Amino acid sequence: MAEMRIGKALNQALIDAMAEDETVILLGEDVAEAGGPFGVTRGLLEKFGPLRVRDTPISEASIASAGVGAALTGLKPVVEIMFMDFTTLAMDALVNQAAKARFMFGGQVSVPLVLRTPHGGGLSAGPQHSQCLEAWFAHIPGLKVVCPSCAADAYGLLRSAIADPDPVVFVENKALYARKDEVPDTLTAVPIGVARVARPGRDVTVVSYGAMVAVAETAAQELAETGIEVEIVDLRTIQPWDEGAVLTSLEKTHRLVILHEAVEAFGVGAEIAARMADIGFDELDAPIVRVGAPFMPVPFATGLEAVYRPDAQRVVAALRKVME
Amino acid sequence: MSKPATSRSDAAIDPDRLLALHGTMVLIRKVEERLSQLFADGEVPGFIHLSIGQEAIAAGVNSGLSDIDTVASTHRGHGHALAKGVPLDRFFAEIMGRDTGLCRGRGGSMHVADTSIGMLGANGIVGAGIPLAMGSALAHQTRKTGGIAVAFFGDGALAEGVLHETLNMASLWSLPLLFVCENNGWSEFSPTDRQFRANIVELASVFGIEGRTVDGDDLVAVTAATQEIVAAIRHGGGPYVLEAKTNRVRGHYEGDAQTYRTDGDRPDAADPIARSRAALLAAGLTEEAVAATESEAVVAVETAVEAARAAPPADVSAARNGVYTDAVRGAA
Repeated sequence: MAEMRIGKALNQALIDAMAEDETVILLGEDVAEAGGPFGVTRGLLEKFGPLRVRDTPISEASIASAGVGAALTGLKPVVEIMFMDFTTLAMDALVNQAAKARFMFGGQVSVPLVLRTPHGGGLSAGPQHSQCLEAWFAHIPGLKVVCPSCAADAYGLLRSAIADPDPVVFVENKALYARKDEVPDTLTAVPIGVARVARPGRDVTVVSYGAMVAVAETAAQELAETGIEVEIVDLRTIQPWDEGAVLTSLEKTHRLVILHEAVEAFGVGAEIAARMADIGFDELDAPIVRVGAPFMPVPFATGLEAVYRPDAQRVVAALRKVME
Repeated sequence: MSKPATSRSDAAIDPDRLLALHGTMVLIRKVEERLSQLFADGEVPGFIHLSIGQEAIAAGVNSGLSDIDTVASTHRGHGHALAKGVPLDRFFAEIMGRDTGLCRGRGGSMHVADTSIGMLGANGIVGAGIPLAMGSALAHQTRKTGGIAVAFFGDGALAEGVLHETLNMASLWSLPLLFVCENNGWSEFSPTDRQFRANIVELASVFGIEGRTVDGDDLVAVTAATQEIVAAIRHGGGPYVLEAKTNRVRGHYEGDAQTYRTDGDRPDAADPIARSRAALLAAGLTEEAVAATESEAVVAVETAVEAARAAPPADVSAARNGVYTDAVRGAA
């Protein structure tokens, strides 16, 4: 075992994928000379050259569309959009073009595009640099959406996303880039669509993804002191999410809390709750509770942002509620 | 509509080649006239946008391309697809919603595609094909395929931001990309001079991209210009803008009452085809040879329509197939 930062794990995944397959290219603002705004693409220009690692102008709509066109012409582009908030400018490329090309052309072609983008608050980045918009993309048939919580998964899911024949929105939490995790000596691909049990427990299940998995862990430790054993299911993939893994955990604990940083209303948690209320109704000993951000933009000031972002105390409160 | 300032080319084109391109134009015309009828008769559902009067551009530009070259088209894209070489029977089958259609009935008129010959699709979003073609050109450059990409767009797309972004990127990276602006004077229901203050060729020049305007109703001019331009792009000359002035004979879509248009605005549909026919006769071809090519188009269209009618409708049992490449839960 060794320690690795999540940012480095992503960097290593890009290096390994590009070394293995010369059709993998990178496109994005400041990904080449500057090595990426968060350093994820550092050193890749030197390794793979300017044709495969391209700094683009600040033109999100056309960067993303170029990724689609390149994917339709034999490349596997990895496009970086500097903040998830900026994917709003690239929606035609993702929603109307990438997501639909395979279906609307009758299956004659796939679009092996990966769009990497960081979401999440906690850095006082303000209302236009902090949003978690993954539910938008999870709502679009044809897109896959993944969001790793740890270094090994960051590596493994990015490898799978690049190898995937279909468009994948790869969501990174920017508060996690610098976090160090234990990783196995040999990093391997992690399949898309398969959740993992991040912490086993018998009493109550928390389903989460990304940076909130660590928040769930903190809450679980607090409850463990009072004898409540929390099981944490890390979804890893949001679309297609691992319904079987969530149901299996629910069958064990009979109580379910769903946690994400994104706004609670109309979010990923709503989908999971609705589905479990349908196929897992007989297993439930308590109402399903969601923990997400309140229905508001992400504020700037530290104190205000804390009102927005779910923390361990809110998770603890939700867990106590379903344990009543 | 004012007639365009022409830059007619007198460049010699082999008469047999010209005859083949004239045949392509006539085929596009016959296909769209047939589609108009099928639409009126209820055999084609949805929306269709016809390019009647614009055939010389599709035929002329595609004459410079091979299967390795890629084309991104528009909602008015029947001509581009046919000139690129999509099979006529599968083309009609698609627009008539049949299982044998190019897209198995999932796309229809606005999404006709055949990626096996580089036809990356018509597109329902105005301007969307432009950055797609840019990405395709980027792939040609990166993979060193020797191919080029073509972005067809109408003057209605001139005010779309992605055009301006794409001009910039294509120039920065010297991409093998041909921008073809089919300027028919109309942006859906509005005259383009009320929507766009600049001129595409001048705009391109600001980005360091060469361009020229041709009479888009003159097959010889479009073909000669394209041959020269495509050769230059293929040899590393970077992007180029070709503005082809033409006319939109029909409405924005079939069934458009065109209340915004006066009778005096309506150009003669026969114009580009009459002109290519005259050019053929002037080049020494006989009336019989030209007429034979035109009759072939009519027969081909009727054969394809009958085949589509006989084909099974899009397979309802497979309606959800193809959302993803591999089976994914929630999708077939």
